[in-house]
Amino acid sequence: MKELWDMFLTFCRIGGLTFGGGYAMLPMLQKEVVERQGWATEEELMDYYAIGQCTPGVIAVNTATFIGYKRRGLAGAMCATAGVIFPSLVIITVIAAFIQNFADIPAVQHAFAGIRVAVCALVLGAVIKLWKSGVKNTVGVILFAAAFLATAILGLSPVWTVIAAGLVGVVRWKKEGGKK
Amino acid sequence: MEWMVFVLLFYEFFKAGLFAVGGGLATLPFLYDIAARYDWLSAAVLPDMIAVSESTPGPIGVNMATYAGFNAAGVAGSLTATVALVTPSVLVIICISKFLARFNEKPVVQSVFASLRPAVAGLIAAAGWQVFRVSIFTLERFALTRDLTSLVSLPALLLFIVIFVLMRKLGGHPILYIAGAAVVGIVLGL
Repeated sequence: MKELWDMFLTFCRIGGLTFGGGYAMLPMLQKEVVERQGWATEEELMDYYAIGQCTPGVIAVNTATFIGYKRRGLAGAMCATAGVIFPSLVIITVIAAFIQNFADIPAVQHAFAGIRVAVCALVLGAVIKLWKSGVKNTVGVILFAAAFLATAILGLSPVWTVIAAGLVGVVRWKKEGGKK
Repeated sequence: MEWMVFVLLFYEFFKAGLFAVGGGLATLPFLYDIAARYDWLSAAVLPDMIAVSESTPGPIGVNMATYAGFNAAGVAGSLTATVALVTPSVLVIICISKFLARFNEKPVVQSVFASLRPAVAGLIAAAGWQVFRVSIFTLERFALTRDLTSLVSLPALLLFIVIFVLMRKLGGHPILYIAGAAVVGIVLGL
């Protein structure tokens, strides 16, 4: 019981103190999970993290589930996951309620007009980063363009794009000999 | 049929959790898709939501689901959306840790992800285009006047270039740029 509670609290801290998710969470996970609690070794954490990146869903949640499940089975997975999402639930709900009440004030509207411009720059920055790490060849360029056009112009659900791109990956694997 | 919105919230965010691969902003294209199909989530709130999700602690996908759920149906909505988003993760990870050791080292998995990564980048670019359309381009005004000078909001475009260059040159936390842009927005009356 004590370890489950510790798990919830530790992942609460991780969720509540890291900004930005993704890679920002790794140093925090190292400190809390490896150094403080000794729930996993450095190598295990890197493995969980790598799997978290190539499975669907939020990377931090995937990693938390992995560590929780390895230590304490299903209950551990639930406690770790509940911990990592708890701070978001509280903080974001409060902010969303706050914004709804203040959205009619002109100064707030001007502030958000400015913020939206910053968001454009943030998203473009994220796309450039993903392009550099993910688009390695002509097939990559075609996949990027096809995904963009299917969503921005045709309005297709991203679900189809993800399925189609996954199938392309399977076909390419078969063509290269289909190693197990 | 008030409970219908919760069923839809759960279904849509479960789907987003199942298909959004790669973390970070990968959930964003799914939110635009949801906003296009239902009236309980408006595309107009999504840019603000990204700003809030990036400036608060916690995983961005979870923050966005909580925010969108709250907008759709209050506190119960934020709980429903967030639980739905993480459920596929929990199920998939438990299966993987039970049955598949060294999952990510399998050649087929690596090949699938080599193809998914550029597609996800394209999906996020498409979501980014939606934000551009409402914050820098003024397409509605252009449709009325048919005057090319009314196609772009000039102060917004300049602010965008300044923020983008500073971000690339100096780096630093997004919250700094979001706060700075809010102040500029008030001063310029954007």
